[in-house]
Amino acid sequence: MSLAEYVSDNLVEIYNDAVRHANLTLVAMLIAVLIGVAVGVLTYRRVALAALVTTTTASFLTIPSIALLGILIALVGLGTTNVLIALVAYALLPIIRNTIVGLRGVDRAVVEAGQGMGMGRSRLLWRVRLPLAWPVILSGVRVSTQMTIGIAAIGAYVKGPGLGNQIFDGLGRFGAANSLNQVLVGTLGIVVLALLFDLAFGLVGRLTTSRGIRG
Amino acid sequence: MTAVDPNRDPGDFDAGAAPGTAPPVAGRTRAGLRGLVIRPILIAVAMVTLYLVVRGLPADSIEARYLNADELTRELLEHVRLSIISTVCTIVIAVPIGVLITRPGARWIKPVGLGLGNLGQSVPSIGLVVLLALWMGTGVTTVVVALVVYAVLPVLRNTIVGLEGVDRTIIESARGMGMSKLAVLARIELPLAVPVILAGIRTALVLTFASATLATFVGGGGLGGGLVAGIGLDRPVLSVTYGIIVAALALFADWLGLVAEEVLRPRGI
Repeated sequence: MSLAEYVSDNLVEIYNDAVRHANLTLVAMLIAVLIGVAVGVLTYRRVALAALVTTTTASFLTIPSIALLGILIALVGLGTTNVLIALVAYALLPIIRNTIVGLRGVDRAVVEAGQGMGMGRSRLLWRVRLPLAWPVILSGVRVSTQMTIGIAAIGAYVKGPGLGNQIFDGLGRFGAANSLNQVLVGTLGIVVLALLFDLAFGLVGRLTTSRGIRG
Repeated sequence: MTAVDPNRDPGDFDAGAAPGTAPPVAGRTRAGLRGLVIRPILIAVAMVTLYLVVRGLPADSIEARYLNADELTRELLEHVRLSIISTVCTIVIAVPIGVLITRPGARWIKPVGLGLGNLGQSVPSIGLVVLLALWMGTGVTTVVVALVVYAVLPVLRNTIVGLEGVDRTIIESARGMGMSKLAVLARIELPLAVPVILAGIRTALVLTFASATLATFVGGGGLGGGLVAGIGLDRPVLSVTYGIIVAALALFADWLGLVAEEVLRPRGI
């Protein structure tokens, strides 16, 4: 059976896996952005704390994903929660670091102008600092998203959802008919998904970047 | 796998890649040295603690098969062997290609190559390993090929970035002193690019040690054996123990890379 035939025969299943993969990525990224930006905002002024946070999240990234998933079994067992926790842990570093870098890069003169206009600290943060740092933060989110989509494939081994199931199913009947098609569908599907997410980021970037600093 | 160098993400605004923008060396080295001493101690403490805890737990026959010195040593040695062979191959392939691409006349390859490379990075490691195994058969060779394919890009990219970061005027003055193009490459360009290339090699090293865990899926051995058995056979003790060992090994590989960066950096930079 050719790849095209396999895809058309199993379209529903493949589509469902792709949607679950995208959903998992979206939820993981949403949580990671909330945590990452909050941590970045809380630490960017304190050099030692910021260094501690980035070193810690950097060491998460060093840990092989299948090892982290295996360790998390002890805490939450198999399933989506396990994968979600691992994905969020991996996604944090680029977001936190770019939030810190972005907030530190905001021009002091602009902040002072805001203060002169009578803005308080929280209004300065929401109306001046975060909008100006946003393009940098977003590029961190973009890197995290690409990583997350790839790592989520391994999550299928601990009963996570997504296209990784195609890969591991194919591996499970190694050499049998369609095993190659299945692994190809899973792998290429993830590449396509990553590409789509990256395209979407271009759009999101344009829509969410403050008009004053839009290129 | 965890495919991103903590210090050099694409699209990252923390422009660590350009030589010359590095923080003052003295401060960095002192903080770096403290970090370098602490990490192996922490890893050793974690390993001893793990041993003491796991030793006290009752083990059924499956757990006992993996939780013993013989099996652990065998898997560890396989893992290290796979990773080192792959990393050496990666360096031998990526650095010369990086040098060739940065020679005048071959520069048009770069945007095409890096574009393809970035696309290639979104290929999930497990997919790549299984596809190669279906194509080339299972075994160590397949795993090494997969690991090399996966780790070539960071070394290649850093070789290019490092060589292109070398100040043009230095190269011109060396040429003016009568050095041949080859001598300029060997004695000026490569030594100046070494810190950046080493950073790429460290990324590749960590990536390879991490991805080697997947070798067990296609009969390549390594520490993934106990880990995957633990997950597949529902033995949390096994998956957690091996998971922590694999994580410690990856952190240790990263530490080795950091030490190499400190030691091998040419004096004067």
